[in-house]
Amino acid sequence: MSEDRFRAAVAAGVAGSEEAYAQLLQSIVQVARAIFGAKGSSIWLLDEEADELVVEAVAREEDRQLLGMRMPSSQGIAGWVLTTRQPIVIEDVQSDPRHARDVAKRIAERTGYAPTGLMAVPVLHEEQALGVLQVLDRQTTFSLGEMDILGMFANQAAIALDLLLRARTAKSVLEGADVDVAAAARLAAALDGLEGKRRDAGLELLRALEDLLRE
Amino acid sequence: MGEGEREPIPAWSLPADAIDQIALPSLWPERVTREWAFGDGQGSGVQACILDSGIERGHPLVGEIERAVAITVGEDEETIVEEDEEGDLCGHGTACAGIVRAIAPGCSLVSVRVLGAGYTGSGPVLLAGLRWAIEQGYDVINMSLSTTKQQFAGLLHELADSAYFKRTVLVASAHNLPVESYPWRFSSVISVGSHEGSDPLAYYYNPEPPVEFFARGVGIDVAWLDGGELRVTGNSFATPHITGICARVLGAHPELTPFQLKNVLYLTATNVGGGNE
Repeated sequence: MSEDRFRAAVAAGVAGSEEAYAQLLQSIVQVARAIFGAKGSSIWLLDEEADELVVEAVAREEDRQLLGMRMPSSQGIAGWVLTTRQPIVIEDVQSDPRHARDVAKRIAERTGYAPTGLMAVPVLHEEQALGVLQVLDRQTTFSLGEMDILGMFANQAAIALDLLLRARTAKSVLEGADVDVAAAARLAAALDGLEGKRRDAGLELLRALEDLLRE
Repeated sequence: MGEGEREPIPAWSLPADAIDQIALPSLWPERVTREWAFGDGQGSGVQACILDSGIERGHPLVGEIERAVAITVGEDEETIVEEDEEGDLCGHGTACAGIVRAIAPGCSLVSVRVLGAGYTGSGPVLLAGLRWAIEQGYDVINMSLSTTKQQFAGLLHELADSAYFKRTVLVASAHNLPVESYPWRFSSVISVGSHEGSDPLAYYYNPEPPVEFFARGVGIDVAWLDGGELRVTGNSFATPHITGICARVLGAHPELTPFQLKNVLYLTATNVGGGNE
């Protein structure tokens, strides 16, 4: 396999996986919305560099314009949930004036729909807080059992988000002009083209190099 | 420690002639009741610290705040403590303060704001805020928050232990998410989960830790921003119920150590002795 073909194959896999993980996130918010009989559900991803939360997935087609919307990472209800790692249920968001001003109002402006109640849980993967999963507006009060179920959903969302982030990193590395990684890709492509004893020798050499680099 | 002051020698051992010196200031009754434990139920003289998003000043459900500070961490990792003019950045700290106030109307409330410096700074700020609050010697610190960062777990553990030995009680929210989080899992803190009942004074001892107590955490009307109120659910609201109850007990029995206080909570829990009064 030539270096170009090798890179193309990996890039195709990475690009496809990013799309698949985005679909998985989308499916998680749709199922969350259905199970809780809620009007909406969304996942906010933490953008650590900008220190902001970004809408990454929404359950309703008409909420798609919210995708990419941003807010500060440590303010508002979602910010509190992210930084304290604690789930919270609020039954009447509109009577929280600051929340209404900053976030609910912007949501209402874009979708014509203003949520009045929400349940929010942190999306945690190992020790990282990746974002926040929210379920908006439902007919009945949330119970403790339902919060447990939302926590399980958040765990699934965490795995999907983690995979999505890895896929994005891999994609940017492949697309970027990273000389070191390109060199490693050339090496892998060369090794892939070998057979028999030459391949064994190549692998042995690589293992020795790996040991040396790790020391 | 000022010049001329001598640090008391820690009691590593107990000589026979010193036994009289460690007599308890007051004897406990044969049966510890809530009436004995809570006294007048005011929590007067107790300083309760709310480590959270700040407290809104002048909220009718919170009343007077003794002091409010905001914690940040400087470039050289030094703790910066400033008087907090911003109030509450999300409403949560005000909600917790209102719950404590409702249960222990006579206690004094201190706000230590550890939120608002962005997500990335939140761990170091939380640690710095907790350390500062323990240094101030507050009687009880409400921590409706947790961290999952392993690098902070060891430091938090040390702080929790130092609070325990300095007679500062840490009350921390448990959570049921599938990851390890702190400080609620440490045995030197009082960890709190929710029950679905509506009695703010109903609390249960859990014979299957790590969560040690359950308090009211569902459908509670709490203080929120701009003098408002909200109906909320979560362990983070169960926690200030126990903080308020601790303030009541410490108001009536200020000499109690955290170990003794936890005993009183156990003996007066609704499912132990407190449900039959």
